[in-house]
Amino acid sequence: MAALINVPAKAKRGEIIEIGTLTSHIMETGFRHTADGRLVPRDIITSFICRYNGAEIFRADLFPAIAANPYLSFFTVAKESGKFEFEWVGDNGYSSTASASIVVE
Amino acid sequence: MPTTRRRFLSLAGGMTAAGAIPIVTLRPVEATPAMLTAAIRNVVGEAQLRTGKVKLDIPPLVENGNTVPMTVSVASPMTADDYVKSIHIFNEKNPQPNIGNFHLGPAAGRAQVSTRIRLADTQKVVAIARLSDDTFWQVATEVVVTLAACTEEMN
Repeated sequence: MAALINVPAKAKRGEIIEIGTLTSHIMETGFRHTADGRLVPRDIITSFICRYNGAEIFRADLFPAIAANPYLSFFTVAKESGKFEFEWVGDNGYSSTASASIVVE
Repeated sequence: MPTTRRRFLSLAGGMTAAGAIPIVTLRPVEATPAMLTAAIRNVVGEAQLRTGKVKLDIPPLVENGNTVPMTVSVASPMTADDYVKSIHIFNEKNPQPNIGNFHLGPAAGRAQVSTRIRLADTQKVVAIARLSDDTFWQVATEVVVTLAACTEEMN
């Protein structure tokens, strides 16, 4: 599954950096009907986690009110060089991961 | 006395002005439909909800409710003993009152989260922040939506 991750490649130690993530997902609300009246089953991402060198720094519970192709942006303090890992989990066993590296000087 | 056009207009104008005041200034933050109140109580419990500290940036007039950009920020130093634990977003008139829960911590550096949401109708959006001292702070914003999301027919 395609995900766009925006993490600065370099940062100064102690700097507050913004992390942006965008993943492709329909986020079907479960409240819509087809033209012939059948309910379209819910299919959403329910959870998102960001880990920085293994430690959780941001977590989100998502509901049908989150728009399709969930976009999330949040902040963290650049402490050390390493890896950000992103994980999306959702209905019907949906799971997707991505990662990005940072150099902290 | 026959109702003249001038008299009718002055009456209508007076009524509009009088009617507008309670909507704009007297609407209390806690006057919400039962579902929204229940969803908020689920998160807050019996704790007192205070107004302030939280800022909700969302367009006041939305053309398409399917993707509404939204940013919540909380005035917090984000230090080891004074930080934002979580941010919770609710709506008043979508089929379900929850929008998202965001769990932060002192390592966030800045208590700010952005995402894009769906709004099914013109309604109130409420953002609540839980601080490290377990106090809860809220803000509510009215959003006018012209094209609704969530419940439309599938094509």
